[in-house]
Amino acid sequence: MENTSGISGLILKEDFLWNKSRKGRCGISIPKQDVKQSLLDPELTGDAPELPELSEFDVVRHYTRLSQWNFGLDSGMYPLGSCTMKYNPKTNEVQAARPGFAGAHPLADEELCQGALEMMYNLEQFLAELTGLEAVTLQPAAGAHGELTGMLAIHAYHEKQGHQRSKIIIPDSAHGTNPASATLCGYKSVNILSGKDGILTPESVAEVMDEEVAGIMITNPNTLGLFEENIKEIADIVHDKGGLVYGDGANLNAIMGIVKPGEIGIDVLHFNLHKTFSTPHGGGGPGSGPIAVNKKLEPFLPVPRIAKNGSTYALIQDTPDTIGRMLTFYGHFGVLVKAYSYILSLGGKYLKKTSQLAVLNANYIKESLRDDFFLPYDRPCMHECVFTDKNQEKNNITTLDISKRIIDYGFHPPTIYFPLVVHGSIMIEPTETESKETIDEFIAALKQIAKEAENNPEILKSAPHLSKVSRLDEVAAARKPMLRG
Amino acid sequence: MRYLPHTEQDIQEMLKKTGHTSLDDLFKTIPAQCQLKKELDLPEALTEWELDSHMEELASLNAAFPKQKIFIGAGSYPHYIPSLIPYIAGRSEFATAYTPYQPEISQGTLQGIYEFQTMITELLGTDVATASHYDCGTALAEALLIALKKKKKLNKIALSSLIHPHHRQIIKTYLDPRGCEIVDLPFKDDGTTDFSPLDAMDDIAGIAIQSPNFFGCIENLEQAKAIADSKKALFITSFTECLAYGLLKSPGKCGVDLVAGEGQSLGIPQSFGGPGLGILTSSKKYIRDLPGRYVGRTKDKNGETGFVLTLSTREQHIRREKAGSNICSNNGLNALTAGIYLAAAGKNGIRALAQLNHDKAVFLEKELHKAGFTTPFSQPFFNEFVVKAPKGFKEKRDAVKKNKGMVPGLALEKYYPLLKDHYLFCATEVFSKKDMETMVREVK
Repeated sequence: MENTSGISGLILKEDFLWNKSRKGRCGISIPKQDVKQSLLDPELTGDAPELPELSEFDVVRHYTRLSQWNFGLDSGMYPLGSCTMKYNPKTNEVQAARPGFAGAHPLADEELCQGALEMMYNLEQFLAELTGLEAVTLQPAAGAHGELTGMLAIHAYHEKQGHQRSKIIIPDSAHGTNPASATLCGYKSVNILSGKDGILTPESVAEVMDEEVAGIMITNPNTLGLFEENIKEIADIVHDKGGLVYGDGANLNAIMGIVKPGEIGIDVLHFNLHKTFSTPHGGGGPGSGPIAVNKKLEPFLPVPRIAKNGSTYALIQDTPDTIGRMLTFYGHFGVLVKAYSYILSLGGKYLKKTSQLAVLNANYIKESLRDDFFLPYDRPCMHECVFTDKNQEKNNITTLDISKRIIDYGFHPPTIYFPLVVHGSIMIEPTETESKETIDEFIAALKQIAKEAENNPEILKSAPHLSKVSRLDEVAAARKPMLRG
Repeated sequence: MRYLPHTEQDIQEMLKKTGHTSLDDLFKTIPAQCQLKKELDLPEALTEWELDSHMEELASLNAAFPKQKIFIGAGSYPHYIPSLIPYIAGRSEFATAYTPYQPEISQGTLQGIYEFQTMITELLGTDVATASHYDCGTALAEALLIALKKKKKLNKIALSSLIHPHHRQIIKTYLDPRGCEIVDLPFKDDGTTDFSPLDAMDDIAGIAIQSPNFFGCIENLEQAKAIADSKKALFITSFTECLAYGLLKSPGKCGVDLVAGEGQSLGIPQSFGGPGLGILTSSKKYIRDLPGRYVGRTKDKNGETGFVLTLSTREQHIRREKAGSNICSNNGLNALTAGIYLAAAGKNGIRALAQLNHDKAVFLEKELHKAGFTTPFSQPFFNEFVVKAPKGFKEKRDAVKKNKGMVPGLALEKYYPLLKDHYLFCATEVFSKKDMETMVREVK
């Protein structure tokens, strides 16, 4: 383990907030009582909630210690496949925190929100240009929420055509959110299998496509990191029977400036601004999942929409065929500011370069590790590559063991056991913001782990060794849930 | 470009390894007919400093707290945010981490969310809370989906017309594909929900009301619970102003089944309406029905206490088309933020702030009263209330808006066409007595 980032260091224990509480402490500054106190009817009031009583410094130290138990993207490489853990630029945080954005009220009169509306309008235009689609809504709160929005638009489209359909085609390599979103619209999922080289064949789609199928949900590049080469033919098959093509944009980072989804038959696509457009994941959100649609679906976009009239911006509160509203206000505005800042910082030229380098990094890893780990689909990849634990099986080592051991080397593990179509998959997405040196270190660590699997499998079985806690008992956690202190 | 570390030499070395001749060559598996023939039509890259000026220019076009005094709540509330909150929540170990699927190196996020779940259930008197949802409106829609799932044979829900109008739109949008019937419960003269349309119905899966409601009035949850029980319907409540529960009787104590709420008031900037914080919490009974993530406590193999995401067999990544919800990313960092806020405010701080909010609102209402406004609804409110404005107010409001940087109230006619000249005002701890007196003087 020489020359790797992971070493053990001083880790500080920290008790629960409530065990640190001392009666009478308070950690915030309460504004002065400059008006008379006015008591509510005691019938309506309750006892003060039993929250911990702490000083400001108690709170700061508590959460600082907690933060040190976390591995963030700023701590080290985070090669999570399909998650696009690229650098989160710090200037984006500064922009979103400007008082003119952070303190803006969503229901203040339109003429008082022109800056916010202009930013959103511009961002919509940028996203439309990137995808070659007509119109964008920024409202969805996350990728899955964007999927639901897109599927509701498809549902409304068929309703308007006068014949509602009952099924959606979903490839086996899709994210779980795809079938779950389709179900919420009342559609039954029809699963189809990828072909033997990891991509969909037009035949498999033609076989199940009929006038009862509302559309297909496709991730392109798919979750194996492969470009769906037959996309145009597949889209034609679906369109010929009156269906629509939903594009899951989780993997857009591979194709910016290289392919416009709107030009290859995609009717609606969602973005994950927290993936492709560099906004932080926040340990599970908030994300942002705008969708772009073509002319066919534009009438169904949620309201309000943003319009530009001359040099002013306005909100259109209702349109005749809209699906309605997906979020209380206009989307995760604070996240939108960051994505907008990112696009402006790169411009068209460097967005394309971003995709090129993301694909270069993934191919470089694939080529560098092909002798150490099994490659289920040995063909040029896009922005991520998928290995499995097949070579390690003989030593009784699994993907889980490998991924836990990676932690000891100072890297976040890749996405594991997804996509489901590959047994024991290890899905690596380096992103473009990792340098060659870091990637070389990561490759060296994995090569070392492959050797350990041969010579010292026990060290993988019992990994991780350097983290605050070792492997946790997830079965016990689920059997007898303890969800509060 | 400073985010892209590759030197020309790196690129050449890496291409050599991958066996490609150029960066373009990497994309040869993409059929030529799919490849873009021209460059993207996007602005040229800005320097960091150009970006700063562009963004400040845009930001300065907005009326915003604290510079402008915006006397509006309606789902987004101006509150002071202690400096420690953005400082701590902004630590990159929290902010730049992914969902804690690798618990060994995510204990910070996990304990932080576990403590959030604990404090939210304490605040609302419930048993379990999820790791968060997007916002109140979407959380409430999910709560109604649970009601429909639990009462399989029924396809009807009742919604108070005093639930935030945008939330009602979200619910309608979510439920439309199922063709579910929504019974609209009108409001009574006192500004609370009128349940009388339910008298003749016995096929309601769930009844939802908001308290404090959109008019700011505090609903009688115990009474509503009794009605829901008599109909064998799930009783769901929502709230947009979380701080109210520093003072009000908690929904859990009133026997509410499911609670959906907005946590923006807990240290989260208004940010033009998002990202906020969806809160979903319930009695134990619904632990397996609530959608989204939970953090649970367990032990590691050395017996140390630790935390993991748990009960995930309910979720889409496992259940796929059979999942009750499609939620994946939630608003985790804002949940952590709310946790920090609740910890800093504590039992006494939350109570004092809540009381102060109420005091300010009562003061403002009295001042407006003196200036010729009338109060149409008699039910007590928390920090928002409705007034009917005297003649000429609209013009004065426009003038004040333009010249004084103040936004006095939200016109309700757009949401409730019968309420002409009615405005919803909000006062929180951020408005001084002087701010309120000045505003009232201007619109008198």
